[in-house]
Amino acid sequence: MRHRTFFWFFLPTALAMLLFIAFPIVSVITQSIFAPHSAVLIEVETCTPLVGCTNETKIDQDATRALRQEQPLGRFVGLEIFKDRGHLAITEVNEIWVQSRSLTDFFIGLGNLPFYRAIAFTLTFTFVVTPFVIFLGLIIALTVNALHDRLKGLVIFFSLLPFVITPLIGALVLFWMIDSRGILGSFIQWLFADPDLSLKASTGLMWMALLVYGVWHAAPFAFVIFYAGLQTLPMDQIEAAQIDGATRFQQVRYVVIPHIMPLVTFVALIQIMDNFRVFEPIVGFNAAAHAQSVSWFIFNDLQGETRQLSSASASSVLTIIGVAILLSPVLVRTWQDFKGKT
Amino acid sequence: MFLKKVALLSAITFIGGSAVSACEISARVSIVGNEFPAIQTVGAGAQECTGAEVSSNLTKDHQSINVPGMQGNPAEYTSAIIANSSIVALMNEDVIRPLDDLVAKHGSDLQSSQLIKIGGEIMAVAFMANAQHLMYRSDILEQIGVEPPKTYEAMLDAAKMIREQGIMENPIGGAYASGWNLAQEFNNMFLGYGGSHFKDGSAEPNVSSEAGINALNMMKQLSDYMNPDFLTHDSNATNAEYRAGNVALLNMWGSRAASQTTAEGVTDAVKNGHAISGPMTVGGGSVPASTLWWDGWTVAKNISDEEAEATFVAMMNAIRPSKMEDENIRTQAVWLIEGYSPTEAAVGVFEAAKMATTPYPMLPYMGLMHSALGAELSDFMQGKESAEQALADIEAAYVASAKEKGFLN
Repeated sequence: MRHRTFFWFFLPTALAMLLFIAFPIVSVITQSIFAPHSAVLIEVETCTPLVGCTNETKIDQDATRALRQEQPLGRFVGLEIFKDRGHLAITEVNEIWVQSRSLTDFFIGLGNLPFYRAIAFTLTFTFVVTPFVIFLGLIIALTVNALHDRLKGLVIFFSLLPFVITPLIGALVLFWMIDSRGILGSFIQWLFADPDLSLKASTGLMWMALLVYGVWHAAPFAFVIFYAGLQTLPMDQIEAAQIDGATRFQQVRYVVIPHIMPLVTFVALIQIMDNFRVFEPIVGFNAAAHAQSVSWFIFNDLQGETRQLSSASASSVLTIIGVAILLSPVLVRTWQDFKGKT
Repeated sequence: MFLKKVALLSAITFIGGSAVSACEISARVSIVGNEFPAIQTVGAGAQECTGAEVSSNLTKDHQSINVPGMQGNPAEYTSAIIANSSIVALMNEDVIRPLDDLVAKHGSDLQSSQLIKIGGEIMAVAFMANAQHLMYRSDILEQIGVEPPKTYEAMLDAAKMIREQGIMENPIGGAYASGWNLAQEFNNMFLGYGGSHFKDGSAEPNVSSEAGINALNMMKQLSDYMNPDFLTHDSNATNAEYRAGNVALLNMWGSRAASQTTAEGVTDAVKNGHAISGPMTVGGGSVPASTLWWDGWTVAKNISDEEAEATFVAMMNAIRPSKMEDENIRTQAVWLIEGYSPTEAAVGVFEAAKMATTPYPMLPYMGLMHSALGAELSDFMQGKESAEQALADIEAAYVASAKEKGFLN
């Protein structure tokens, strides 16, 4: 393709990418290095019903407006927000490092800092859910592919249901089922003969519930992709393998999997990105007491009575960095494949 | 046929009713607010006005949309229904206007206690008061032979007896869902033990104190008598437990007192046994372990004067004294409106006011403290860390966010 043609061909995409990807990233980065101005506080008399008048502090709006007009972006804080306790907590981590006598001590201390605790859950979620989703998706795809044609449609429909349901609704349905008065919650109590056992009260069990939900929700996605891939399977290779006496497992291991390997990479890529941003199940399961993620922090910062835009932006930037780090091995591999071909 | 007649008759009464109110406005009114019954009534009252469009968006998530919805020019919402905690966010962002001139022109029906004055300016018009107080099952307390508890210590004793006598496994209810609710229960207990959230006249945190430790320990003891899922139970879930007859004692919002026995599926035992009384004290203190709240409405700053006037007129129509003649509306809340005579459901809130309950702090940085409490308390409640550590974490989390927002250096 000539450069000129390529330019016109690519222009709409480039504009959309600039508008919807590049600008928002620039915007969150800017917001994360600027914070609101120092508040000018004054004491005023406040009168309320049933109580009467008291002296209360409020923000001096005239003074604040003057400050804002002078520097509309706010106060430049550089990386301060990134370094504070709500994010990377540099000072706190140093203190814990100095004070702890062993590595275990250090990690327990880290677990008390919101960001590192969230990272611990997020990484666990990502690295447990992603492989399970790929494995389960492959199994379902192979099973469905082996089914009789008449049954296929029906089974595909039901296998897709978890993915069709809105994530938040799916999480809520499970949330009520695992309630200590719900069907699954009561069953578990009966199973272990412990009436006080509650999934929602135990961090370990809550993590399990979230992981199970994650796999349940995303497995159909992997299934659809792999099932599509299986339709392009070269039958002559399978037949050749059969003639050579390969078992069913060997056929899958040496013919099917290498054939759909690019799809596995694709599903892994998407799943790592999605799972690193885990959010809906935490809200749906009301699990913030046990598990938090960086995305949940952004939600929490923007949800309170006082919105913390700078903090939320810093969390967004950290999410972008996190996704980039996690994806780097896959991206490097794709790049090498690309270079190998040319 | 009969049904048709009834429908026709009520339609006529309705038309007649709105004709009496005769509220004419000439500019757009748009309301945002919370969604409990009393506020639904206020929203509907404003919509009785004719002449221009009155829309209302009443939702549980009003707090996260009212500031952005009023920051634009012109603002999307011309009025926000708020409480003493949420007016702070509107004040901080300077999105509401002083109402002195409008009160002088259209506010003849208002009582002076309804005017929220901040720095000499009327910033909001309050229409109801609210507080958390005790609700209990009188039948169960009779069965074990104790008076309704006046202190949290007595509540614990009663709960112990109920459990030991095998009446209920988890007799105490509480909105202890991690986040806003849990933080609010801490605020109650902390103030009850005589604590104050900030060092005098500054934004420096002050929760890491004896009062803080006592408050946490009391909450922990109470939670031993709660449904093990208590960290996921907000007000709605707690009330569901109470209505199902699983809970005998709970500290609950006065605004939910009237609807406690009217919801679908409430058992007869709960209906007949339901009773309310004032808030409880704790640790031998005289100030109740609760906070006093008001709900009111504001008018946006970034709208034309015509819209502001129309909004004021419509909102005044919604809280006019003649509304108090309706029995259903009267029981919905503790109204601050002229002509309101307290119903049985209002006893708790009035008792709270009489006992000089501390109002929820209206400070620019209280929202940040509340968020920090909500995020950091659940570890302690699960027994994963000590009270001292939890309080230190709260202060550290608060300081980080207060520095970001420019309240601390």
